Amino acid sequence: MSAVAAKPILYSYFRSSCSWRVRIALALKGISYDLVPVNLVKDGGQQFSTEFKALNPMKQVPVLKIDGITLSQSLAIIHYLEETRPNPRLLPQDPKKRAQVRMVADHIASGIQPLQNLGILKQIGERKMEWAQNCIASGFQALEQILQHTAGRYCVGDEVSMADLCLVPQVANAERFKVDMGPYPTITRINKALLELEAFKVSHPCRQPDTPAELRA
Amino acid sequence: MSAVAAKPILYSYFRSSCSWRVRIALALKGISYDLVPVNLVKDGGQQFSTEFKALNPMKQVPVLKIDGITLSQSLAIIHYLEETRPNPRLLPQDPKKRAQVRMVADHIASGIQPLQMTQWARSIQQHSSNLEVALPLQNLGILKQIGERKMEWAQNCIASGFQALEQILQHTAGRYCVGDEVSMADLCLVPQVANAERFKVDMGPYPTITRINKALLELEAFKVSHPCRQPDTPAELRA
Repeated sequence: MSAVAAKPILYSYFRSSCSWRVRIALALKGISYDLVPVNLVKDGGQQFSTEFKALNPMKQVPVLKIDGITLSQSLAIIHYLEETRPNPRLLPQDPKKRAQVRMVADHIASGIQPLQNLGILKQIGERKMEWAQNCIASGFQALEQILQHTAGRYCVGDEVSMADLCLVPQVANAERFKVDMGPYPTITRINKALLELEAFKVSHPCRQPDTPAELRA
Repeated sequence: MSAVAAKPILYSYFRSSCSWRVRIALALKGISYDLVPVNLVKDGGQQFSTEFKALNPMKQVPVLKIDGITLSQSLAIIHYLEETRPNPRLLPQDPKKRAQVRMVADHIASGIQPLQMTQWARSIQQHSSNLEVALPLQNLGILKQIGERKMEWAQNCIASGFQALEQILQHTAGRYCVGDEVSMADLCLVPQVANAERFKVDMGPYPTITRINKALLELEAFKVSHPCRQPDTPAELRA
């Protein structure tokens, strides 16, 4: 092993909620990395370039190059970080609480976000705002109920977990699509508490190298 | 703890690929359970009943009641089984290989299956009067559009996802999706291939997926959990 290990490289888009999840994890764990922006809109979408397709055949961000491997899928990446850089932890020790964390994270990452991602919205066409609102509202209605069983200060109890890493970016998507957050007081409260933490601020879409000037904080 | 622990209860639909993933895990780990069928089509969809919504507000299968808790989301359930009933293992020991397993599993579970929109298309086609229950918005034009084109829609998202998966597997696969041991990735693969067949996706371009699927279907756990052998399998589809 060389004395100077290469820094991890994260391929990210400022506004991609999946990329934001990984940026939060890296920030929470104090992992230094290089960020390579992939603009999902410019030039027809840089994710379709030959180079990027070789990194991730699914043509999506985030992608993380770390420890000699290349990983896609935000929660697979976050689990890898958790298992190799365990402090601070992003999963509780109790298996039942861990299951609740994964249930909430997967609810967002499989049950809400994919239905309103860029690729789908392009196919939906001009009704895309309405479609995205529908998916998010439907998912948040269920999530609000689930969180009433699991939440403490954060999504599951009082420690930040993978569920929280998924929640904040999804709420940001909800705001972008003008979803009325009135019916979701628990989601709103938890989101607000998380956004006070440094890791959620430094990783925010408005503070990225590729944030457009007009959206920069 | 009582001497006779309650058996786990799995709420499942025979044809639901997400339910099948969990059935495979339970079979592989030799976990005995009771199956409660939830018919996603009959009566406007039993997942919309008040009782079922209390179990899972997302109104989806599978749901597993086990050890005094109620879990939804197939991979969260499978991870819980892995952590509490660790043998045989469904994740490799090496963290890098574990990451590859999760990458493949999530690619299917987040990147392909949800995009089929089968639940949305089903909602439209069944009973319009239930849509206010299923969906908060009133204007259903887009969903009607998907409903009419559901075959094409599902084919596109599966083909697109399989095209990427075929390439990923060329790096990771041995006898199975990642190396030579059955993992969570394989539990996701087989049900997704079954979906592909239902939607008449041409599997010609995906030889690695096809080979792995065939090898997995020879294993007892994948056979006993198969949609054609469930308590709620309709007679005409029963093996």
